[in-house]
Amino acid sequence: MAEIVLDNVVKRYPDGALAVDNFNLEIADGEFIILVGPSGCGKSTTLNMVAGLEDITQGELRIDGQVVNDKAPKDRDIAMVFQSYALYPHMTVGENMGFPLKLAKVDKSTIQKKVHEAAEMLELTQHLDRKPSNLSGGQRQRVAMGRAIVRQPKAFLMDEPLSNLDAKLRVQMRTQVSRIQKTLGTTTLYVTHDQTEAMTLGDRVVVMRGGIVQQIGSPQHLYDHPANLFVAGFIGSPSMNFVPGRLEGDGIVSALGEARLPDRIRQALERGNGSRDVILGVRPEDFEDARINGDKPGGRFSAPIDVVESMGSDLYAYFTLRGDVASSAELDDLAKDTGNDLHTDGTAMTARLDPTARIRQGDNVELWYNTDKLHIFDAESGRNLVGGDSQSAANAGTGR
Amino acid sequence: MSTQADLSRPAGGGHDADEEAVAIARKRASEGKKAEAKLGMMLCAPAALVMVAVMAYPIAYAFWLSLFRADLRTPDQNEFVGLSNYVTVLSSPIWWTAFGVTAFITVVSVILELVLGMLLAIVMHRTIIGRGLVRTSALVPYAIVTVVAAFSWRFAWSQDLGWLAGSSAPLTDRWSSIAIIILAEVWKTVPFMALLLMAGLALVPEDLHKAAAMDGGSAWQRFWMITVPLVMPSILVAVLFRTLDAFRVFDNIFVLTSGANETSSVSMVAYNNLIRGLNLGIGSTMSVLIFITIAIIAVVFTKLFGAAAPGSDEGGRR
Ligand SMILES: Nc1ncnc2c1ncn2[C@@H]1O[C@H](COP(=O)(O)OP(=O)(O)OP(=O)(O)O)[C@@H](O)[C@H]1O
Ligand SMILES: [Mg+2]
Repeated sequence: MAEIVLDNVVKRYPDGALAVDNFNLEIADGEFIILVGPSGCGKSTTLNMVAGLEDITQGELRIDGQVVNDKAPKDRDIAMVFQSYALYPHMTVGENMGFPLKLAKVDKSTIQKKVHEAAEMLELTQHLDRKPSNLSGGQRQRVAMGRAIVRQPKAFLMDEPLSNLDAKLRVQMRTQVSRIQKTLGTTTLYVTHDQTEAMTLGDRVVVMRGGIVQQIGSPQHLYDHPANLFVAGFIGSPSMNFVPGRLEGDGIVSALGEARLPDRIRQALERGNGSRDVILGVRPEDFEDARINGDKPGGRFSAPIDVVESMGSDLYAYFTLRGDVASSAELDDLAKDTGNDLHTDGTAMTARLDPTARIRQGDNVELWYNTDKLHIFDAESGRNLVGGDSQSAANAGTGR
Repeated sequence: MSTQADLSRPAGGGHDADEEAVAIARKRASEGKKAEAKLGMMLCAPAALVMVAVMAYPIAYAFWLSLFRADLRTPDQNEFVGLSNYVTVLSSPIWWTAFGVTAFITVVSVILELVLGMLLAIVMHRTIIGRGLVRTSALVPYAIVTVVAAFSWRFAWSQDLGWLAGSSAPLTDRWSSIAIIILAEVWKTVPFMALLLMAGLALVPEDLHKAAAMDGGSAWQRFWMITVPLVMPSILVAVLFRTLDAFRVFDNIFVLTSGANETSSVSMVAYNNLIRGLNLGIGSTMSVLIFITIAIIAVVFTKLFGAAAPGSDEGGRR
């Protein structure tokens, strides 16, 4: 078990591509850290640098206080789980799992004991003599985990370990990964695309974009206080709704109508002295049917509902706001990642309402939104002008 | 047709009907398969005929000839002698010397080719800069006609003339001649070996190397414990090809020594008897013996293939 520190780490590939820029992160002993971000943002590159599979162009990587920039992977005592599982096809499951120990010249009986322990934990005992090619995807994934576990390394690195599994298995394995990590208490750095994994697994989440860390913090912290538009849009599903707006006097004017801002937000805005042009962010659950919420303070507007989906516990209402669309490089990046980069006129919005709201498709409904939970971003820089913290502040705390 | 009869029967016992339906389905399927097999045969037939004409016939004819005393210098005295040609050849020291030389050249040159070919394959596989140039230049020796290359080697090793020989005359001594023959063989075929092995290396996923590195393997351990087992099928194919080729070694010896100082290979001896000596019986016998030896080598290797396919679960599913 170990503490891992990335100190201003930079990766530039020989072809000139800057994959990771100035990465700073202190991982405490036993912590579970998640790296998320859209495709190509440098997650795997970061992981590979920690593993020793890629050279570090600049900066320092320390494990337990020791600089390991120039150490070979085998001397770092770190185990890695690959997206492809990377099982050795010519070895049985047992041999695969025991391979790191065999290389470490552990004696045969100890290897066998440890492999059996790990196999029991992963429910692989009856498969130990089979070849990987005869296993199901989930079983292969567990063998890959087993190979990482048996040698009790200082840390686990996992690069999208569950992304080749189908949805149901992924949920199952997710809890298993979490349980294993809790039981062993091994420092873990976990790369994923899947934001449910990011929210549920990690002690802290690192959101990356284009090789640059956007924000580091606990999942709840990122959800409640995103540092910028990108994090706000990336964390949460369905994602936050964005609407362009203008600050005027004590209130804000946008396609969501005119609303008075609560004192807390106003004070924060005054301190920030940003421009008057902003982008409003509203989480789907911060909308409500105006009839239900009655006179509660907040904004009100009406919109024709395009689609209603009832999920039992919640009711999702989709509607489109006419007028300007919030646009920024960050939002474009997000749209590209989710494949939603078709430009329609108007802003597609999602509201998560109480199931008792009696709303039907095609209705023109008056909706209420919670101005207390409003996120306000600078239209130009994308910075959160209200609740978001700066990156350095998030870096300081280890979140444990 | 019987299906007609089956359909007309009362659908009484459901179980019976089921079994019959299965039987019919099976029959239909097998009829389809049969038709397909027939078509396959017909499509293969022309190629098979050509093979028979150019290969099976000469082989059979050589075998037939080997049972006769047949000497073109005395064509009137042809006579069926059974296996006595085989007795003659197999009890001749010339044959066994040549066999020994051939086996020696084969084993040594294939081992050298495998080692050097693997090195070259890894270099070609790993080079990033100038990959095309490296690969092309490595293949140059293979592109040169063997006889031309052999003449170059002969000049290079000629006393007082060659740049490699100086004042020595290595081609006049048995062991140095054999060494030069092996050198010429190895030089020429390492690129071929490397090419086959490189195709195998390309099949080993990069993630496996990374995983093995993470598991604590040094480069040497990764090579022996991951690369070699996974490339084994390619290694076996390459070694088989080269063994078969090397065992028939002819042109290098013909040019370099003409078989002087007991450096003849079995092919040289067969050629000398068959073409130079016009002794069809003995020459054919030798050809048949070479053929049999090569067949044995091929069978042994193909047996090894079965055991070497990685990822196969010999135990089967449980
Ligand atoms: N070997 C390489 N040479 C040059 N550029 C590379 C190399 N590997 C990755 N890159 C570039 O570095 C950037 C980061 O790549 P990386 O693989 O780390 O992304 P990622 O976040 O893991 O993406 P994904 O989620 O798709 O796996 C990308 O822009 C990629 O094109
Ligand atoms: Mg990746």
